Amino acid sequence: MASAITPATETGIRLQGLVKSFRTPHGPVHAVRGVDVAIAPGETVALLGPNGAGKSTTIDMLLGLTRPDAGSVSLFGGTPEEAIGAGRIGAMLQTGALLRDLTVRELIAMMASLYPRPLDVDEVLDLTGLEATARQRTEKLSGGQAQRVRFAVALVSNPDLLVLDEPTVAMDVEGRHAFWATMREFAARGKTIVFATHYLEEADDFADRVVLMARGRVVADGPPTEIKARVGSRTIRATLPHADVEALRGLPGVAGAERRGASITLTCTDSDVAIRALLAAHPAAGDIEISGAALEEAFLQLTGDDAHDTEAAA
Amino acid sequence: MSALAYTRFETVRAFRNRRFFLFSLVFPLVLYFVIAGPNQGEHDLQGTGLSAPVYFMVSMASFGTMTAMLGTGARIAGERAVGWNRQLRISPLSAAAYLRAKVVIAYTMALLSLATLYIAGTILGVRLPAGEWIAMTMLILVGLIPFAALGVLLGHLLTTETIGPAIGGGTSLLALLSGTWFPLGQSGVVHAVAQALPSYWLVQANRVALGGHAWSLTGWLVVAGWSVVLTAAAARAFRRDTGRP
Repeated sequence: MASAITPATETGIRLQGLVKSFRTPHGPVHAVRGVDVAIAPGETVALLGPNGAGKSTTIDMLLGLTRPDAGSVSLFGGTPEEAIGAGRIGAMLQTGALLRDLTVRELIAMMASLYPRPLDVDEVLDLTGLEATARQRTEKLSGGQAQRVRFAVALVSNPDLLVLDEPTVAMDVEGRHAFWATMREFAARGKTIVFATHYLEEADDFADRVVLMARGRVVADGPPTEIKARVGSRTIRATLPHADVEALRGLPGVAGAERRGASITLTCTDSDVAIRALLAAHPAAGDIEISGAALEEAFLQLTGDDAHDTEAAA
Repeated sequence: MSALAYTRFETVRAFRNRRFFLFSLVFPLVLYFVIAGPNQGEHDLQGTGLSAPVYFMVSMASFGTMTAMLGTGARIAGERAVGWNRQLRISPLSAAAYLRAKVVIAYTMALLSLATLYIAGTILGVRLPAGEWIAMTMLILVGLIPFAALGVLLGHLLTTETIGPAIGGGTSLLALLSGTWFPLGQSGVVHAVAQALPSYWLVQANRVALGGHAWSLTGWLVVAGWSVVLTAAAARAFRRDTGRP
């Protein structure tokens, strides 16, 4: 599995025992309560979690923008400051707007000028679909366009590690598709990508690996398929008149069965075994659908249950 | 990697901001003609030994350049409001290069303001030997050091909503206490307070036109003291300000 700690992580990213609290008028907020994650070079990792899970604070510590109360961050074998100084980090942060009084092209060129090995500005404008807006002032863009510019700013730095904090938040569906298509192209160049999201679909579609966070902890860490497997289940739906629910429950690979009229729903621990058994016992079963548990369900089940916290973080 | 390109783009940005032109250039210029114009023939303004055109040329220049320097604060606050300071902190641009760019831009704007008022001064008949123009300019540039630091400090302490009134109100008050609108006289409480202000010594650069030394030792010490204190405070505010907006 990609998340295994291998010698390769010496040159990747390593977050060890990260803890961060903030003082607020309503008492301390424990934003991050012990996060351990190792990411190998070339991996694409989603930090998935609801608002307040500690994703942004973890990213801030990863980037050296916030100092952890405890724990350490290692990027490519050095400190975040060293990696940043060497221009190896690019990031798209969660912020309100763009620097004003510049055109889109000027802003991207300005940021490119700060890095040792930037991409060509025109190439980036092309990649991010901004050629048509290149001469517009940054303060006159729509939310989705502004988001693309911020993506372009992160890309133009041509980093080894690209960090994206909720990158598609202001984008429409079309913009989101275009965004992830560009990201795939970028990932194919062997770049390491870490992105925070609360869109389950994005983590599922795009990441090699999902680190699920809730209440400042890692509650699950693995490939999206494994996260789904952790909570069980695939579901088989079929039309089968006069079915005996008790008998269905007894089939191998089936954990539960329900019937509504002529339609049955089987919750499976192993849907491959279950479907064979179902068809062997009930050849009349029709309109069969097998669906994987949506990550949404995995998400609710894992984050809603504190008992998983300690074991899942290991 | 080029901090020069960064400074160039930031300068472009500063020049596109209309507020700068209004408060650092147009406002002092209009005031100059309004105040000094009718008194063009006044050769000894209230016992200062200076003509009204010379006195108010330096006065208005001090006001314009002070505002230009504090404009750094507005630019930094603007960056912070959109979180751009964080974007810059994850770039290889060093803190020193960032601050250098900010100060270079502030001085560029201040020189522009100064040049505008020198031209206005000559229009109202100010004639000085080249050495005095240079000495005057040098003193003003030195006197602006505390304001360069203050601009950075305010930019990191205040928000885009509060910095406008703070700069506007602050410069107006400083101008009032520093003899910008009228000479303060050479004694009394107001004079004593004024001497402790760096803006007072900006205005006092006008004494170059009298020949001899424009700034007393007190002047140099006050400017140096404010420079040290405000630079330290600005550095501290800059370092502390890593949080999200």
